[in-house]
Amino acid sequence: MTASSLLSIGDLGADGIDEVMTLTDSFVEVSQRAMPKVPALRGRTVVSLFYEDSTRTRLSFEAAARRLSADTMNFSVSTSSVHKGESLRDTALTIEAMGVDALVVRHPSAGAPAQVASWVSCPVVNAGDGWHEHPTQALLDCYTIRSARPSLAGLRIAIVGDIKHSRVARSNVTAFTLMGAEVTLVAPPTLLPPSLAGWPVEVSTDLDAVLPKVDVVYLLRIQAERQAEALLPSLREYTAGYGLTERRAELLADDALVMHPGPMNRGVEIAAAVADLPCSLVTRQVANGVAVRMAVLFLLLGAEPRG
Amino acid sequence: MAERERAATPPYGGVFSARAQVMDAADLRRAVTRIAHEIVERNHGLDDVALVGLQTGGVPLSRRLAAELAAIEGREVPVGSLDVAFYRDDIGLRPVMPQAVTDVPFDLSGRVVVLVDDVLFTGRTVRAALEGLTHHGRPKAVQLAVMVDRGHRELPIRADYVGKNLPTGCEEVVDVRDDGVDVGVKLVAPGAGGGKPGATGRTGGGR
Repeated sequence: MTASSLLSIGDLGADGIDEVMTLTDSFVEVSQRAMPKVPALRGRTVVSLFYEDSTRTRLSFEAAARRLSADTMNFSVSTSSVHKGESLRDTALTIEAMGVDALVVRHPSAGAPAQVASWVSCPVVNAGDGWHEHPTQALLDCYTIRSARPSLAGLRIAIVGDIKHSRVARSNVTAFTLMGAEVTLVAPPTLLPPSLAGWPVEVSTDLDAVLPKVDVVYLLRIQAERQAEALLPSLREYTAGYGLTERRAELLADDALVMHPGPMNRGVEIAAAVADLPCSLVTRQVANGVAVRMAVLFLLLGAEPRG
Repeated sequence: MAERERAATPPYGGVFSARAQVMDAADLRRAVTRIAHEIVERNHGLDDVALVGLQTGGVPLSRRLAAELAAIEGREVPVGSLDVAFYRDDIGLRPVMPQAVTDVPFDLSGRVVVLVDDVLFTGRTVRAALEGLTHHGRPKAVQLAVMVDRGHRELPIRADYVGKNLPTGCEEVVDVRDDGVDVGVKLVAPGAGGGKPGATGRTGGGR
């Protein structure tokens, strides 16, 4: 990782992703110990600056920082002076002035973490910005697939669901194709981006036809508010056309893998019974998330000399 | 003069240029045999003894020692490998990256752990290793076996078993392989991942 921040998965490139994967192996070993902690980032402070609700990503970054012995501080909008009218720039500069070694930023606007990175001198990690990118999710998904398969090269991966509003889909399409996988997007036309020009993917609206041909089916969360926006007639109709029901799961190849970034809507995009099948990697994704974020923080803060 | 490409693993890349061979394959074999006997003698057998090789140079040496111990006493000792990158005290001062995944598949509590490394130099790798070991249990005792002690200690650490004491200059590099030990210098290739010349010189001394 040559850049001093992790803002988008494309910045890493295939070599950068490989580097994170290799380092993650070491942190998976650390995570499996009775005392899953190393002193690598002793005395460093990692601040999470979250302008959007998140449980798993925030906790995952916090666990990663603590397992590296870094100190962590949390900034969430609900308890801060943001609702006194403080701007993002002033908030970032205030936090930096307290002596911070890395900022983990989640924001509802695309590009906000990049803006923050241009204002502060410490590394910034994008923990999800609008519909734009979620690079650590893509890294942990690549790692999870790689731990179940020898490599991503040549794998056929279907990403199913609300592509249009999904930063996970954007980062994962980039990451999976950089690693040599072939990606098919499956969604109702209303949930596809207006243009897919430049996306190295195939597109389908027929999940039943796609499922028998894929090695991995990656389901995205369907948010109930999409129904209010009239993009979906009803959640039941979505499930009928695009949910991974028990009947559809039988169309999958015997060794196919099922993934979901969470939180899952059981019974909507994935049937409850399918989420708990042995081929479902959902809990492994969460476990690997901590190790991958340890690797990212170590690369940004520990692997290179300071200053 | 023979010039070999060292493993180009970042950040330690560079070209090692050998100047003199100080041990050949037979010398190395005899040293391993002697150290194995010393380990058995010091510990009155191999009860509770485990070997932990330090990545990367100590790992092949720990396997050779284990094979030699098995030949002498007729029993296997547990062998692990430890990468000390996350325990180093120079993280943030120079490039630090683990070279391999740590593998200590047994509890060290109550055991006599023999740390094995190829070259003992500043002692900082061993200090990091002592810290790393505590994360895998509480050994009854820790001993240190090295193939070459090249001096220049910066910490109060000494080896219990030494293949060869070798006075060296700070800028020299000691290269321990299966087939012998060379002393030479490292030429930092332009634009190599090593960065500033000399910045990576004082790590164990094996590279």
